[in-house]
Amino acid sequence: MLELQNICFDVEENGAIKHILSDVCLTINDRFVALTGPNGSGKSTLAKIIAGILTPTGGKLIFNGEDITALSVTERAKRGISFAFQQPVRFKGITVKDLISLAAGKHITVGEACGFLSEVGLCARDYIDREVNASLSGGELKRIEIATVLARGTELSVFDEPEAGIDLWSFQNLISVFEKMYQKTQGSIVIISHQERILNIADKIVVLTAGKIEREGTREEILPSLLGTGVCRALTDKL
Amino acid sequence: MDELEKMLLLQVADLHRVPDGAYNIRKNGEGDGRRSTDRIRIEDRKDGHAGIDIFIAPNTKNESVHIPVVITKTDYRERVYNDFYVGENADVLIIAGCGIHNCGVETSEHTGVHTFHIGRGAKVRYVEKHYGSGDGNGENIMNPATVIYQEEDSRFEMESTQIKGIDSTDRETTATLKKGAELVVREKIYTHGRQFARTNFTVDLNGENSGADVVSRSVAADDSRQTFGSRINGNTACHGHTECDAIIMDRACVTAVPELTANSVDAELIHEAAIGKIAGEQIIKLMTLGLTEQEAEEQIIKGFLS
Ligand SMILES: Nc1ncnc2c1ncn2[C@@H]1O[C@H](COP(=O)(O)OP(=O)(O)O)[C@@H](O)[C@H]1O
Ligand SMILES: [Mg+2]
Repeated sequence: MLELQNICFDVEENGAIKHILSDVCLTINDRFVALTGPNGSGKSTLAKIIAGILTPTGGKLIFNGEDITALSVTERAKRGISFAFQQPVRFKGITVKDLISLAAGKHITVGEACGFLSEVGLCARDYIDREVNASLSGGELKRIEIATVLARGTELSVFDEPEAGIDLWSFQNLISVFEKMYQKTQGSIVIISHQERILNIADKIVVLTAGKIEREGTREEILPSLLGTGVCRALTDKL
Repeated sequence: MDELEKMLLLQVADLHRVPDGAYNIRKNGEGDGRRSTDRIRIEDRKDGHAGIDIFIAPNTKNESVHIPVVITKTDYRERVYNDFYVGENADVLIIAGCGIHNCGVETSEHTGVHTFHIGRGAKVRYVEKHYGSGDGNGENIMNPATVIYQEEDSRFEMESTQIKGIDSTDRETTATLKKGAELVVREKIYTHGRQFARTNFTVDLNGENSGADVVSRSVAADDSRQTFGSRINGNTACHGHTECDAIIMDRACVTAVPELTANSVDAELIHEAAIGKIAGEQIIKLMTLGLTEQEAEEQIIKGFLS
């Protein structure tokens, strides 16, 4: 479905070239792909390159056989790529229902909007008319962000650290959101995460270190070596 | 009434037909329908100025007054004085609005001076919309002035909206509040092209525990210019808050001038002003939902001004 070919992302900092991503090659075809690695290893940068928010300084992206490297964020979204931000954006005046309608790409009923909110564990009635502004907590925003991607239901969805702020809800619920989503879209879901519980459902795990793919493979191949290395956080660390 | 006049009425007063309750419709300087009710009396002024006096009896509840103004002539200027006398403990909705359709090349101008005398304990929601259209090159000018006198424990909520088609506006609002009175202002302005909008609020908090909350949200696009001034004087134990939140686009220019004066150690006054372009990340987020950059901007502005 999505092929990353030799993706590089260099920036200039104080006159020196900094390699944020170097020669990343990756094929995304599986149901759940977990992207993990230490903070600052380039995970969010890679996700933004997939969504078209950042343009790679080298390499190509091929989506269903088409070279999408030069396509805009909008064009990629229309082709079936969705992205849940690590830090969701706030909007003064745009309500939760507005945002979910925009995500769905059509006018949706209050009932439908509520359905997406309930899936992410928000009591829809309390949220539907709230503005997506600073009055919402980080955790609430995170779940609304996930709901926008659910409402799109595209072939490829990328979630950047979706577990942040969901302590009061539960990982099991988050996991069932992904499972249900897969049943609907039959596509690929890329989840950037440090959490063992989430890595545990991955069909493929990719470990990014200092902008390079250090290892990739099935859960069975990768997960045991991650436990205890600090790359992967067990659930208990967080709670 | 023709289609054009109906369209203007719809824009400024959400009126599809003759309104319920008391109303006075003014069209090109002349009366075009009026109704008084048992509790709300509308009369011509007696001082020679154009305009009306509106008397609302004490304890009037759940009634409304519509006073739309429609102008469809080019090269037409008017100055109108409307005075409202709201009786004690009344609770009413007043909807004013002015729509100008100027398809000529000359200027059309409406200056409305609205004076409100709000009785003790009365509550008024005052909704005012300004709208202009036209296919000529004539200018549409509106210069509303609003003067508010609030008796003890009264509440005045003013919602004023100017979204389209007014080339030049200069709005002056002054309010004087007695003990326990509350003033709430929500202003929304969108300017584009070469439009100019100046709004200026002056609030005197004279009575103990009086309070004012004056909030303006605006968008200035193209080469338009806006100036927002808000002056709150806290003359006793009181609370005042003023906020200007503006989105600036293209080559527009926005000036915000909040001014607070505390004449008492117990006056609590706050001002906030923020002017900036649409956050890039907001546009990007909406683009990831499949909107084009322009559609994203439109949605952000629509939400901001809604
Ligand atoms: N535009 C940029 N300019 C300079 N440094 C950047 C830029 N974008 C990202 N970085 C750096 O790249 C590294 C990777 O960032 P990021 O992709 O956010 O990592 P992760 O999501 O894995 O924590 C970080 O060190 C970050 O500071
Ligand atoms: Mg990150």
